[in-house]
Amino acid sequence: MSLTKFKFDKKILFSFWIILIALIIAAPTLLPVFRLNLLGRYLSLSIVALGVDLIWGYTGLLSLGQGIFFALGGYCAAMYLQITSSSEFPNNIPEFFALYGVEKLPFFWEPFRSPVFTFFAIWIIPALVAGLLGFLVFRNRIKGVYFSILTQASLLVFFNFFNGQQKLINGTNGLKTDVTQLFGQMVGSESMQRLFFWLTAILVIAAWFFAKWVVKGRFGNILIGIRDDEPRVRFTGYNPVIFKTIIFSIAGALAGISGALYTVQSGIVSPQFMTVPFSIEMVIWVAVGGRGTLLGAILGAVFINYAKSLVSEALPASWMFIQGGLFILVVTALPEGVLGWIQGDGPRNVLQKFGLKRKIETYPSLEINNKEGNND
Amino acid sequence: MELLLDSLFNGVAIGSVLLVAALGLAIVFGLMGVINLAHGELMMLGAYTTYVTQLIFKLPILKPFYNSYIIVSIFLAFIVSGVVGILLEKTIIRKLYGSPLETLLATWGVSLILQQFVRSVPLAYGTGIVISLIIGLFLPTTFTSKIKESINFKYFKFGSWILAALTGVLTGSVISSTVSKLSRASARNVDVTAPSWMRGQVEIIGNAFPKTRLMIIVITLISVIAITLFLNQSAWGMRIRAVTQNRQMSDCLGISTEKVDIITFGIGSGLAGVAGVAVSLLGSVGPNVGGNYIVGCFMVVVLGGVGNLLGTVLASFGIGIMTDLIGAGRLLSIWPDMPLPLSNTINFFATTSMARVMIFALIVIFLQFKPTGLFPQKGRMVEN
Repeated sequence: MSLTKFKFDKKILFSFWIILIALIIAAPTLLPVFRLNLLGRYLSLSIVALGVDLIWGYTGLLSLGQGIFFALGGYCAAMYLQITSSSEFPNNIPEFFALYGVEKLPFFWEPFRSPVFTFFAIWIIPALVAGLLGFLVFRNRIKGVYFSILTQASLLVFFNFFNGQQKLINGTNGLKTDVTQLFGQMVGSESMQRLFFWLTAILVIAAWFFAKWVVKGRFGNILIGIRDDEPRVRFTGYNPVIFKTIIFSIAGALAGISGALYTVQSGIVSPQFMTVPFSIEMVIWVAVGGRGTLLGAILGAVFINYAKSLVSEALPASWMFIQGGLFILVVTALPEGVLGWIQGDGPRNVLQKFGLKRKIETYPSLEINNKEGNND
Repeated sequence: MELLLDSLFNGVAIGSVLLVAALGLAIVFGLMGVINLAHGELMMLGAYTTYVTQLIFKLPILKPFYNSYIIVSIFLAFIVSGVVGILLEKTIIRKLYGSPLETLLATWGVSLILQQFVRSVPLAYGTGIVISLIIGLFLPTTFTSKIKESINFKYFKFGSWILAALTGVLTGSVISSTVSKLSRASARNVDVTAPSWMRGQVEIIGNAFPKTRLMIIVITLISVIAITLFLNQSAWGMRIRAVTQNRQMSDCLGISTEKVDIITFGIGSGLAGVAGVAVSLLGSVGPNVGGNYIVGCFMVVVLGGVGNLLGTVLASFGIGIMTDLIGAGRLLSIWPDMPLPLSNTINFFATTSMARVMIFALIVIFLQFKPTGLFPQKGRMVEN
């Protein structure tokens, strides 16, 4: 990254926030329900993208298994909803159990009767799973490509587990949430969906501030240090394992929250959340938006998903080509992503090429030193 | 005893598919440090090559040789996947040298494109495109050195690409007009039928084994032997081993690392094609066929390490035998009167998908003791 970062004026920033808040409040009345629901879903996906940005953009760990934590959060939310609205079904347990002849609730469903437990479970369970998996892997200094394919394998393992266990969690059919009740209302109803939209919007902003706080200060510096030169961080006396484990669990927790929000808005959680393509897609949102820029992750997630739904409606077959091309293009031509390009020297270089902006004369040797010295 | 033999054979059969699929991946990973996520799709191309070869051998001219189509398709699949791999290396992977994570993402993009390509382009024209790629890439290498060194070489190259494109279009349209099954694009799965001499079963020490499984084991055996001989006996094999051990030093000593990369990647991809032939014998062939095997291949690479081919062999047979032991619940039949909680646990894991769960857990435990696999690459770098 270059020294001169693109900075917004304070006044512009203030009016930006006003407009953003006004848009969030007004969106439910401006947009038709279908589009509002889509927007809410994409916003909830941007939370998982923030997590991917934290571990990949800042710490250099490419996880291809964020779907695990996403789905775990979704399952936690769906289990609570299913069990609280199961009073009219036989044995007071969710309806699908009757299909497989299960009469007694599996033990791990019990705690989900409590809303307080569920509230914490949604982010703590994914964080714990991520922390355990991360610790076991990082402890042995497994990193880089090894880490990526191990996360992908664990994703497949979780997929197989959830897909195969009909009697425990309804297997491949998943858990439906849109016909369940929350606060005496249908979760799939319009008023509830509006509520979920606002909740999602608030949580996205909260997650953004949280992520900003995480990467600021010494903790963030160590993360970036790990990304750029891990052995040097270790030789300086820090233990990268702890930092990597912490940031991986934070990303897991964010994925869990995101999954829960996505589940209540899409009406179902199923093992499809844990397929390999979906988890890699999360990485491309961040890559296109700009890794290492938090806003880029959010914008990338929203815009790419929006583009996906538009293209899929018009030309269903071409989305795979576009997506594949996007993967290749973004890593070869635009490695810092769109926002990273704007914040860097991208626009100035383009203007220079067309002769619209004067080239800044510098001493090339100084420039090189500068770049090396401030390589964040 | 008989049970054990049965289990061993099944395990070896599962493992040999894994081995032939993971072999190419392991060699490329050892040399360049990149994981090719499109490896599964290169396998798929190999499987589709088998299908196309089979249909072409049903034409009246080639009908008498129909029984040998599977042998021919092994070579064709090697060439087809190898050429696509070389193209991939030349256009994308070389540009990303030194950033393995970016390579991972780019190859995933390639795999998406290849999947959709098979769905939306008729196989006849796909064959045409592959043929023109083969001609375009290999014709310039056959020119005499006089042409190669002249300044007009780029025009010769350009000319050969035009020739290649024309040949491709011609073969594409000839195939699509003669074989009606290949003239339309479809996303449906297709089936490869084994020739008559490969159907049925063979009896070995009182047990009946399907011939296709034996054929796969034979294919794997030949691939492993050929690759070992190539790496250890040929000049290029020596260069590949040298670059694998120390890239910079080999470069200094005058080995063209660029050429080594291309050759290795081509061979690795070609082996994926051979694996595709094996896979096509096991079940129906579809655009997603590679995805079922790719993660297993990763596990083989992680478990086996990249220092030695033996690691890959041991890891794939180990995973294969464990899959069979756990997935089919064989431990129960070997030791019928085990305590109840243990047998319940074993029953819980006695499906193919749950066996994967168990094996992954075992691999993670194994990595706690040997983080770099069975046979790690030796070195004194900080990174190791």
